[in-house]
Amino acid sequence: MSPELLVFAIIGTVAVAASILVISMRNPVHSALFLLLTFLCVAVLFVMKGAEFVGAVQVLVYAGGIMVLFLFVVMLINVHHLPDEKVLSNFWKGGFAVGLAVFILFVTLVRPGVYHDPASSDKPLRSTYTYRHRKVKNADGTVTRKLIRRGKVVGNSEAVGMALYTDYLVPFEVASLFLLVAMIGAIVIGKRELSAIEEENIPAYMLERSETEHEVKEAMSA
Amino acid sequence: MVSATILLLIPLLPALGALINGVRAAANPVTHKNRTITNAVALGSTGLSALLAAWTVITYVGGGMSSAYQHAYYTWIPAGLGHVGANGIASFAVDFAFRIDTLSCTMLLIVTWIGFLIHVYATGYMAHEEGYTRFFTYLNLFMFMMLLLVLGANYMVMFVGWEGVGLCSYLLIGFYYDKNFAADAGKKAFVANRIGDFGFVLGIFLIFNTFGTADYGKVFALASANPAAYAGIATTICVLLFVGACGKSAQIPLYVWLPDAMAGPTPVSALIHAATMVTAGVYMVVRSNVLFRLSPDAMLVVAVVGAVTAIFAATIGIAQNDIKKVLAYSTVSQLGFMFLAAGVGAFTAAIFHVMTHAFFKACLFLGAGSVIHGCGGEQDMRKMGGLRKYMPKTRMTMLIACIAIAGFPPLAGFFSKDEILATTFEHHGFLYFLGMVAATCTAFYMFRLYFMTFSGDYRAAHVEGHPESEPEHAGHDVIPSHPHLDDGDIHSDKAHGHHVEAHDPHESPWSMTGVLWVLAILAVIGGFVGIPEMFGGAHPTIFQRWLSPVLLPLGGERFEFPEASRMQEALLILSSVAVATLGWFIAFVLYKKDSAFARATRLRLRFAFLHRLLENKYYVDEFYNFVFVGGTLAFSRALSWFDAHIIDGIVNGVRHLTVILFGHGSSLFDKYVVDGAVNGVGYSARGGSRLFRKMQSGFVQNYALVMAGGIVLVAAVYLFTKP
Amino acid sequence: MPEAIPSTAAYLMLSGTLFAIGLVGVIIRRNMITVLMAVELMMNAVNINLVAFSHRFASLEGQVFTIFIITVAAGEAAVGLAIIIQLYRLKSTINVDEARSMNG
Repeated sequence: MSPELLVFAIIGTVAVAASILVISMRNPVHSALFLLLTFLCVAVLFVMKGAEFVGAVQVLVYAGGIMVLFLFVVMLINVHHLPDEKVLSNFWKGGFAVGLAVFILFVTLVRPGVYHDPASSDKPLRSTYTYRHRKVKNADGTVTRKLIRRGKVVGNSEAVGMALYTDYLVPFEVASLFLLVAMIGAIVIGKRELSAIEEENIPAYMLERSETEHEVKEAMSA
Repeated sequence: MVSATILLLIPLLPALGALINGVRAAANPVTHKNRTITNAVALGSTGLSALLAAWTVITYVGGGMSSAYQHAYYTWIPAGLGHVGANGIASFAVDFAFRIDTLSCTMLLIVTWIGFLIHVYATGYMAHEEGYTRFFTYLNLFMFMMLLLVLGANYMVMFVGWEGVGLCSYLLIGFYYDKNFAADAGKKAFVANRIGDFGFVLGIFLIFNTFGTADYGKVFALASANPAAYAGIATTICVLLFVGACGKSAQIPLYVWLPDAMAGPTPVSALIHAATMVTAGVYMVVRSNVLFRLSPDAMLVVAVVGAVTAIFAATIGIAQNDIKKVLAYSTVSQLGFMFLAAGVGAFTAAIFHVMTHAFFKACLFLGAGSVIHGCGGEQDMRKMGGLRKYMPKTRMTMLIACIAIAGFPPLAGFFSKDEILATTFEHHGFLYFLGMVAATCTAFYMFRLYFMTFSGDYRAAHVEGHPESEPEHAGHDVIPSHPHLDDGDIHSDKAHGHHVEAHDPHESPWSMTGVLWVLAILAVIGGFVGIPEMFGGAHPTIFQRWLSPVLLPLGGERFEFPEASRMQEALLILSSVAVATLGWFIAFVLYKKDSAFARATRLRLRFAFLHRLLENKYYVDEFYNFVFVGGTLAFSRALSWFDAHIIDGIVNGVRHLTVILFGHGSSLFDKYVVDGAVNGVGYSARGGSRLFRKMQSGFVQNYALVMAGGIVLVAAVYLFTKP
Repeated sequence: MPEAIPSTAAYLMLSGTLFAIGLVGVIIRRNMITVLMAVELMMNAVNINLVAFSHRFASLEGQVFTIFIITVAAGEAAVGLAIIIQLYRLKSTINVDEARSMNG
């Protein structure tokens, strides 16, 4: 039992347990917090696999950005006041069945030994080396271009950065553009409308709340 | 030499006259009292035509008479030029051509001169008629057609004239078109003629088929040269031709139109139904003598029909009371004699009799017209009598004509009839007997007519009390004959302005009696051209020699005129005179000596049945009416029933079927099948869409579920079925 | 003697498990926000998968892809939550079942 295996076992178990709790908690805040836990476990797994940069990004973006966003929205909607009568939707039977099917699918597909893992995990990622193109003279006198490892081991961040800004520049730029669009879209969609709330769409149980009435009045006067 | 132009003018002048008078008549249906132009045109054209005919004959005779003169004016039917007939004769083509030979000369002179005389007579007779110009138009048209008939050089031109005279006969018989029976008589004449013409046309077709041509010269030359080849077909051809002759010349069974044709004016009866048109059949048979001589069977048919017709009509004639009817049946009987002559081979005798018959029969008819005119329209002989005092000229001429027709020598009728009977005696004893009986009857009824009309006292003041009075009404003809028919003198009657009873008969004007005298003289002297050897002539007689070029040799055998021994000839002459005397004597006893006709009445009452049979013409018209007319009507009724019930039934049935099949069927089809399909499409669309609508539940998680399930399925299939 | 390390297969099974759980969560939860969270869960499972393969083949492509997925997930979460807010303003509920006016 290597330390990796142990860590993996524990972190894996925690992740699975947390994710199960995510989808089964009544309170969305609880679900959000357990989701956060899941994210952190996933980050650990990333680091174990030598993707430190990705792990950092995971924590930063997911845990630090997305979860915060989720929590903001949950708070905004005053979720805890909503009496959810039912947790599960109408399709829970189908859902469980499909989930089970997917799980079985994965289990049957993923067979140990298929992926020919290399015996040692000491071999550093090729990406952690920098490479240069060098013209190398072969034995028979021809000149070929080869990628020569420079031998300097860099960190995952530098390697990923090198990759992003050279080989994957276009997707990178597109991703940035995408973020811009998403930001604009979110702002536009989430803008508070000054028009009236359609009263007839309000379900009955909401109208029993005194806060809804108050909110309606506020909205109307605003 | 005969001039072709003059020859063409002979028929064309009357045609021109008809045209001019026709236009004038059409413009002015009611003719003015001044009829100078009409007379000038009509008489002028006919007279000129007669003169030209005489001139033509003179030039022909003067030119030697070696062969027939034939001139083709133009190619009428160029249809088959180049077609080679059965005998290697090329060309089916028919020319419009005239032929002058001795036969056509004879007929030409008869037609033109008798025609002219009757035209003159008609100017007097029809003087008070309204349709005067129309009458002369028709008369001139008739002359034109008849001349085409006799002058034609081939059967087709003759047929044109044949049909044309039939048309003119219809027009003239039905001259008083406002009288029903006159119009009916015209129709009857035309229909009977047409029945005969059917056979005639078939005969002409067969001639074409056999000889490849219809030209007289060519056909007769072929037949004469090679008789054996044509003997078989000749029987059929001749019988068919004779059927035409029966229609035109009023032989059994197509004679029925002639008595009813007396509905026309008397000049018409004289010209057409005594002298010229009805003799066209005889002319045709004599013209075709070569063909007839090829077939003894056909000749026998002709002779038998002629003889039977002669005696049949003669027996009817002895019981008629209408003066014109007696003369009509006499005509039929005399025509029978002519055909009898042709049938036994005495072709020259037939034409001789045509000529003499034209003289005395025309004289008789015109005389009868004069009598009727003088009696103010009366035609019933029982109401006449004693006219010798009032109409001496008419009486003399009619007496001469009666003696002629009875066959007393030396008048014309004797010679012609004697020649006929002599030849008949040579060949057929039974037919001779029939001929003798007919001759007896002829003499009897002619003198009966004479005595009833001219002898005794004028009876018109009272009607004789016959129990079977009004016998003319008793006949149930399709066309009743009216004894009191005013055949044209209505206006003259009114002009005189009094009834029949109070009217004294008067003599006719010179325009009429003059013609009568001319004809009577001809009846006296006309027979001398045929005077036999016994009486100073020669054998063959002048007339026989005159006509012999027409009697072509048959296969090298020349035509021989039969010669009898003196003794036989004398006996025959004596017997014919004896039977004529017998007839006269019976008539004398019954009608002259006994002016009240008591003996005649007693005789009639004793043989009442026979008399009634004869008076009603053996009920032949009734028989025809019942069988042919009734049969046709019954057949047409049957066809009408068939059409109304079966044809219409089928049509209606089809209609019903169509309505049911296509109407209801298609409505059902539309309702269930078409609408069903359309609705079915709708239902299936709705059902399908209802099915698919369930997929759009609106629940997002439903979509997610289905998507996930689909992915799982696809993945499973892909991953686990890969080989 | 080589030490036992978690094989790539183990990581993949873990990833599959998380993915299945996330899928179940998408289908069975009635709260819109929870559904979004389950979607994020699924994406993280995919990220694990990618990184595991990236490590196995010593290639950076998996990691780069993972970064992009994280980026897109962020943007998507933002827009999705904005939609949820707007929907709440409209219907005063965040029940998924209430958002089915486009049924048919």
